[in-house]
Amino acid sequence: MAAAAQPGSPPLSVVLRGSAGRRRREQIIRAIFFGAASLSILVSIFIVLSLIFEAINFLAQIGLDQLVALGWFPRRGLFDLRTLFVGSVITTGIAILVAGPIGLGTAIYLSEYAQPRVRRIVKPILEILAGIPSVVLGFFALTWINPQLVQRLNPGAEGFNLMAAGIGVGVLIIPLIASVSEDAMRAVPRSLREASYGLGARRITTSLRVVFPAAISGITAAFIIGISRGIGETMVLAIAAGGSGGSIFQLNPFEPGQSITAAIAALATGTDQVRGASAAFPSLFFLGLILFFLTLSLNLAGDVFVRRTRQRY
Amino acid sequence: MTTPLEENMIHSTVAPPDPAVEGAAVAAPGRDAPIAVKIHSDGAPKPEVKGTPTPQTDVATVPVVRLRGMSFYYGSFRAVREVTFDVPKNEITALIGPSGSGKSTILRAINRMNDLIPSTRVEGEVLYNGEDLYGDRVDPVEVRRRIGMVFQKPNPFPKSIFDNVAFGPRVHGLKGNLNDLVEQSLRRAALWDEVKDKLKQSGTALSGGQQQRLCIARAIAVEPDVILMDEPASALDPRATLQIEELMHELEERYTIIVVTHNMQQAARASDNTVFLNMGEDRAGYVVEMGPTTQIFTNPKNQLTEDYVSGRFG
Ligand SMILES: Nc1ncnc2c1ncn2[C@@H]1O[C@H](COP(=O)(O)OP(=O)(O)OP(=O)(O)O)[C@@H](O)[C@H]1O
Ligand SMILES: [Mg+2]
Repeated sequence: MAAAAQPGSPPLSVVLRGSAGRRRREQIIRAIFFGAASLSILVSIFIVLSLIFEAINFLAQIGLDQLVALGWFPRRGLFDLRTLFVGSVITTGIAILVAGPIGLGTAIYLSEYAQPRVRRIVKPILEILAGIPSVVLGFFALTWINPQLVQRLNPGAEGFNLMAAGIGVGVLIIPLIASVSEDAMRAVPRSLREASYGLGARRITTSLRVVFPAAISGITAAFIIGISRGIGETMVLAIAAGGSGGSIFQLNPFEPGQSITAAIAALATGTDQVRGASAAFPSLFFLGLILFFLTLSLNLAGDVFVRRTRQRY
Repeated sequence: MTTPLEENMIHSTVAPPDPAVEGAAVAAPGRDAPIAVKIHSDGAPKPEVKGTPTPQTDVATVPVVRLRGMSFYYGSFRAVREVTFDVPKNEITALIGPSGSGKSTILRAINRMNDLIPSTRVEGEVLYNGEDLYGDRVDPVEVRRRIGMVFQKPNPFPKSIFDNVAFGPRVHGLKGNLNDLVEQSLRRAALWDEVKDKLKQSGTALSGGQQQRLCIARAIAVEPDVILMDEPASALDPRATLQIEELMHELEERYTIIVVTHNMQQAARASDNTVFLNMGEDRAGYVVEMGPTTQIFTNPKNQLTEDYVSGRFG
């Protein structure tokens, strides 16, 4: 509309001011979005603060020496942190040992070997795997992975054990590692592959000596995210690792154990019937805080590597 | 100090031609006469003027690569139609022609680089020293080791300068002193003096022209016989372009070079022979004319060629 050009219309300086109503609407919309953004930040801050507050509360109730004990039995005032820490580390370690090679192999296959047609079939299958609820995998770990795999290889393994749970978590994070690594490898420019093939390198050499190193940041990120996911995983461990009432400190993966997450689940769902009793309840927040910082630092590290990959090309 | 093994490796390209190859060339006299005929024995000074016609009595240069009625298909699309030409040994052959005329396709067919693109197909023959490169028992990996490639955009690996050059020799498990080989390759690529103090630095940190020379050094390090270059200077400034051209002249003593270029002056300056391609009505590229570069540029037989080299089309 060339309104300014018509005779009798307001001068240009007035037209350019625009409508006051629209400006006000813009401001309101802006305020709404700002509110939404602030709310999510506030909620996060609130959660972290309450975790910190309750954790301090917990530490004040018990002596620091109680953090090392025979095992993790909050009902009995035994708060051995090592038990949970070891439980988380062992299961996550097993999970990475399972998911690392399989996920990377899948990524290399999809990115370097598979015909487009095959990729179109395999990728959705991976996504289905990623969509399996972890409670189902926990159950699967308990009823299939343990008797069919773990106890076959080691008849001495318990009915609940860290190994079966760790493998279950591994299955859970295969798609994650595979797809993040594959993205990283496919982001490696074709020109680098051609340079390698042009020098007479074979496909496996090109994959391992050119594509893999060029994608190393993204692959590292995949592993960090995988570890973070493994440490945060709860259901599989709560179901298959055993030790729902507590666990003795021990390092054998074929014995039952408890992870940080499973301990929180056991406390929070009341399996332990401890609500209000002694220091058991606040220990929940203490564990939550530890878990929060663990996964936060892993995610930050993962972020750094993801960003580094992006910068390179 | 070089061991006999290194000695062998370093000088393999200037060794007397394989008798079998000689035989192949002699066995088909006249039929597929090389496009350029001139004196060219190792050690003899190069003629001052490129592509000067020389008497027929001279020893014919041996064609290293010969295309015989080669057609190339991307799926059902024929991108190149029945291309036939010879590439004489230790000379520079330029492929020129308008965009889409199949220059890159032909180049990449010569070291089977196009195998990496799904559903591509070759008809006719691509012969390397008399062997059909698309024969049943030919391993493309072996082909690419002998027929190296330099790409349009410099593509050094994100590794150190040293590791870039050493990549090929390492992959092929070449014995001998890697340091010497890297130095020698960088020297031949006219890059040594600029990088000798920073071999550990990343190859991607070099300037464009340096990167391209690094890529040439990397290609040389596997001791290829033929080097394919697809518009090696198109991403470079005029000075770096001249450096690359100069380098090509130095390299032709040891290697046979096939270069694709869009730059007419470059083709005229830097090549011994020129193959002019055009795109037909079916969008397939075909050879319009080929011959010594001087003839193609000063006395073309075909009107299309004349129009193209004089910049009136394309
Ligand atoms: N990967 C591919 N898949 C399908 N068609 C292709 C592919 N690469 C090239 N072509 C087609 O083949 C024909 C020849 O392409 P080519 O790249 O060989 O031409 P060119 O002479 O090198 O052109 P330019 O001078 O632009 O580099 C073109 O029609 C092009 O569209
Ligand atoms: Mg091209």
